[in-house]
Amino acid sequence: MVEEKDKKSESLYLKLIPYFDKYGILLLLLLMILVMHILQPDVFLSWRNVTNVFKQISWQSMLALGVFMVIVTAGIDLSVGSIMMLSLMILAIVAKAGAPWFIVVITPLIAGFLCGLINGAGITFLRMPHPFIMTLGTLYIFRGTGNLISGGTPISGFTDEVRYLGHGRIDLTWLGLEKSQYLPVSLVLIAVVYFIFWIFMNHSRTGKWIYAIGGNPNAARASGINVNKILIIVYSLCGFLSGIGALILAGRADSGYPNAGLQSELDAIAACIIGGASFFGGRGTVLGVFAGVMIMGILRNGLNLMDVSSFWQQVLIGSIIVLAVYIDVLRRDLSTRK
Amino acid sequence: MSSSNNLLLEAKGITKYFGTITALENVNLKVRAGECLGVVGDNGAGKSTLMKVLSGLYKPSAGSLHFQGKEEVLESPRDSQNLGLEMVYQDLALAGNLPIGENIFLGREPTKNLGLLKFLDFKKIKELTDAHLGKLKINVKSADQKVEELSGGQRQAVAIARSTAFDAKVVIMDEPTAALAIKEVGKVLDLINSLKKTGVGVIVISHRMDDIFTVCDRVMALFQGTNFAEAELSKTSRDEVIGWIMGKK
Repeated sequence: MVEEKDKKSESLYLKLIPYFDKYGILLLLLLMILVMHILQPDVFLSWRNVTNVFKQISWQSMLALGVFMVIVTAGIDLSVGSIMMLSLMILAIVAKAGAPWFIVVITPLIAGFLCGLINGAGITFLRMPHPFIMTLGTLYIFRGTGNLISGGTPISGFTDEVRYLGHGRIDLTWLGLEKSQYLPVSLVLIAVVYFIFWIFMNHSRTGKWIYAIGGNPNAARASGINVNKILIIVYSLCGFLSGIGALILAGRADSGYPNAGLQSELDAIAACIIGGASFFGGRGTVLGVFAGVMIMGILRNGLNLMDVSSFWQQVLIGSIIVLAVYIDVLRRDLSTRK
Repeated sequence: MSSSNNLLLEAKGITKYFGTITALENVNLKVRAGECLGVVGDNGAGKSTLMKVLSGLYKPSAGSLHFQGKEEVLESPRDSQNLGLEMVYQDLALAGNLPIGENIFLGREPTKNLGLLKFLDFKKIKELTDAHLGKLKINVKSADQKVEELSGGQRQAVAIARSTAFDAKVVIMDEPTAALAIKEVGKVLDLINSLKKTGVGVIVISHRMDDIFTVCDRVMALFQGTNFAEAELSKTSRDEVIGWIMGKK
């Protein structure tokens, strides 16, 4: 009888683990929001500040999503910051040349996609021993190219259409809200892009195969999956998302500048890791990445509100990475208990 | 037991080089419907290489494959699967991070269409998985269980279920019992016997004489990448087969 009771509580415990696995990171996010709200009750959850956070994480969230897909395949993309900078510079040059806005808007997307395609092709056709090496190379190559074509100087001033995604506002006065209570277009964009990629990763064959490759590339190959083709798709999509990031940044900064996206590949990786993606591949969720991006954004925003120096921000973000992964290690210990 | 002369798979003169190394030289192999062929050989004899050639993972340097009398060139495992040739790998080739059902249908997932878009049909995957596991009498808690949570025997069962989910005509198993507890071995061998009854041709690579002499009808030995000996099971003995493995006739 005692044994049976034991089994029951055990099974309840085992049933809870998958939910904790899936949504634990959201609890951490809510906890952070709560703490920040207690520390800054007047400011933190104000309309102005919340939209600010979303504007600040807008382009980083695109890079993180791209890097996430790459990490799920057990790869890494160090070049996303450089892809974004090169795409931004190409956009700036095309805009300065007087191209119509719909051409200007589409150039960074194509440029980003092509950069990703180069990464994917290098990793598969050149048989680089690890994506780290290929994308480390292109980190330098793409940024160098961006500086070459722009002369290493900022190019500023874009039209409103070009700036729409990064700078646009959706007026909500028709809902009876005040003029200052607008919705940033970039927030809507994040929601739409993340939703599309959530569907892609969880409900399409290609998405399932991306997880399978990360879980066991040999199994994927033996199942007749064209692993190289999927990898090229993944790196190209990662580049494409970096291109979207460039478009958003063009709107926010109104300028193409040489230091755009410097070290942002590390932020993107950090967001994925905090969000629960495994470096060994096959593990992690789109929702988790979003939570990871939010956690980093809220931390920076909250510390800014409290006038904490940016040096402390670095220390804290680093600590959170280590802590988040340690929690993950503990969680895995629990869930593999037999 | 090879009552049917229905030849399913024939490999003729298969040769495979890896750089300067000759892994296989002029190897021949035949499997008929409802028959189980045992392939034995020492480590490095070329068993696994031969199986990878048969499954389309490696392209032979020379030689040809004939399936139901017709010559076929396999460019990838997908080609051999389309012919009805399935492989159960020694390292099981399962993705531990995915559930049982998604592993069984990996690469061939049923989808439902929504306009031009195709979405995975999780309900159908689960239904088909439950039905298929039931047919093979494989017991697992749920088709949604992740493969990394399963025991060695359960994983082997899933790998075999995976190989037979799509009307396989020939199933190739690489050391199907190597990683299993003793009581799980019997279940896997039963599974092989029931496959034979449905007319599937089975190739079993194994070190274990018990396996060979329980399920096989014919046994062939590879030695240093060549055909060394072959016999109906009824016309040979364990000691003779063990001698073949060591290169003695």
